[in-house]
Amino acid sequence: MNLPIYFDYQATTPVDQRVLDAMLPYFTSAYGNAASRSHAFGWKAEEAVDQSREQIASILNASSKEVVFTSGSTEAINLAMKGVGEMYGSKGKHIITCLAEHKAVLDTAKHMEKEGFEVTYLVPDDNGAVTAQQVADAIREDTILVTIMWANNEVGTVNPIREIGAACRERGVLFFTDGTQAVGKLPVDVEADNIDLLCFSGHKLYGPKGVGALYVRRRKPRVRLVAQMDGGGHERGMRSGTLNVPGIVGLGAACAVAEQDLEKDMAHSIAMRERFEEKIFGALDHVAINGDEHSRLPGCSNLSFAYVEGESLIMGFKDLAVSSGSACTSASLEPSHVLQSMGVGDELAHSSIRFGFGRLTTPEEIDFAAEQVITAVRKLRELSPLYEMVQEGIDLSTIAWTGH
Amino acid sequence: MAYSDKVLDHYDNPRNVGSLDKHSSEVGTGIVGAPECGDVMKLQIQVEGDTIVDAKFKTFGCGSAIASSSLATEWIKGKKVDEAMAISNTEIVEELSLPPVKIHCSVLAEDAIKAAVADFKQKQDAEEGA
Repeated sequence: MNLPIYFDYQATTPVDQRVLDAMLPYFTSAYGNAASRSHAFGWKAEEAVDQSREQIASILNASSKEVVFTSGSTEAINLAMKGVGEMYGSKGKHIITCLAEHKAVLDTAKHMEKEGFEVTYLVPDDNGAVTAQQVADAIREDTILVTIMWANNEVGTVNPIREIGAACRERGVLFFTDGTQAVGKLPVDVEADNIDLLCFSGHKLYGPKGVGALYVRRRKPRVRLVAQMDGGGHERGMRSGTLNVPGIVGLGAACAVAEQDLEKDMAHSIAMRERFEEKIFGALDHVAINGDEHSRLPGCSNLSFAYVEGESLIMGFKDLAVSSGSACTSASLEPSHVLQSMGVGDELAHSSIRFGFGRLTTPEEIDFAAEQVITAVRKLRELSPLYEMVQEGIDLSTIAWTGH
Repeated sequence: MAYSDKVLDHYDNPRNVGSLDKHSSEVGTGIVGAPECGDVMKLQIQVEGDTIVDAKFKTFGCGSAIASSSLATEWIKGKKVDEAMAISNTEIVEELSLPPVKIHCSVLAEDAIKAAVADFKQKQDAEEGA
């Protein structure tokens, strides 16, 4: 076992060796610019990029003509939201999204509000999900875009995407979904799932960082965007800039591997997660799962350990790499906005840890991690005045805290 | 997040963890902070005459908060009550090399000492009054 052990697969993933092998030639031997139309270096690069488009189209059940390469999901989100806003802005200026979205969506929405757009932020349920009915009820005459994430990066909750897509289709509103946590982890089908735009990023599915893609529907309906990066007209005028050929090759290869191994990866992640949670719940009380227990990402386990604080817990997991929704771990001292939007409450947000499992996680690592977690929680509960009060039968909600 | 060695030491080997009898007239109990803020410190002192002969703490909070309160109990043991009241958070910050974002943990520890002393004094006044 290599220490520390990585349990943060929602944050990023290691590049799969098969992906790296596919990428390397494009750095030093086949290094042409895919836009060089006059020589073999360029043609070879273009061929590699086209193959990647096919691989991506395959995992999404889309056409290769509908793939636009970007530097990652954040850029793709900016392109989708601002691109649609600027193109269809004369039709309407209302956008619908959700409070539990990634900051890339929320900050872009904030920016668009300053530009004169009106944004409705749907409130998710206790598990962090929104319903198709909520979306349908929020749609107005002037709504031009709905953006709801496929699966939440913090708690793993999966939204009812197919139903939301259908509700949007019925009402003639474009539906964009941030698929960053879903592509390669869950089955994704832009046709069956009624998607008009979808983004994802290489480094979340065992591909390289710095590359991602935006799926832009061409038929029924045809989606048009105003480019956010000008200069040369690459990607059918939607995203200018020399293509990151090695990165794109890596993205395609990662998709091909993920498509091939999807069932296997899902089963493995679920098995690891169940093994971990069984041990934790078997040894500790006052532990809660944040997010939908059943409808969540196979590899995500976001747990709140009541009466102990997240950062102090992480200090106790010396050999585990995890993340926390506690304010103490963020530079801004603000607790996780996702947990807040779900109504988890600041106290439990401070006690939350996200454990992520993936392709490389082994049962030995799970057992080791569970031991460390159980030991740390027990030790910190001995230090906890809150746990002591609860053991004495005091109802914490009745106490008048001094606060700061 | 880089912790100073002293913070790590207090975390791995916290001093004076536990509870004193809060009903005793010799014990002052201070509980400061709030669960929603992610920091709650309970600090207790046992006083004989005007000297703190024992101190215990329990803290819900990050590593810096635990270290601050652990250090506080270490420092006040053996001190006179008024000397303990004079301890300021800046001394804690310096001792533990707390970064700016963790200074509030030291402030809470200072508040906890003062709250414990205030509780003790209130009990003394009540006794004398009776």
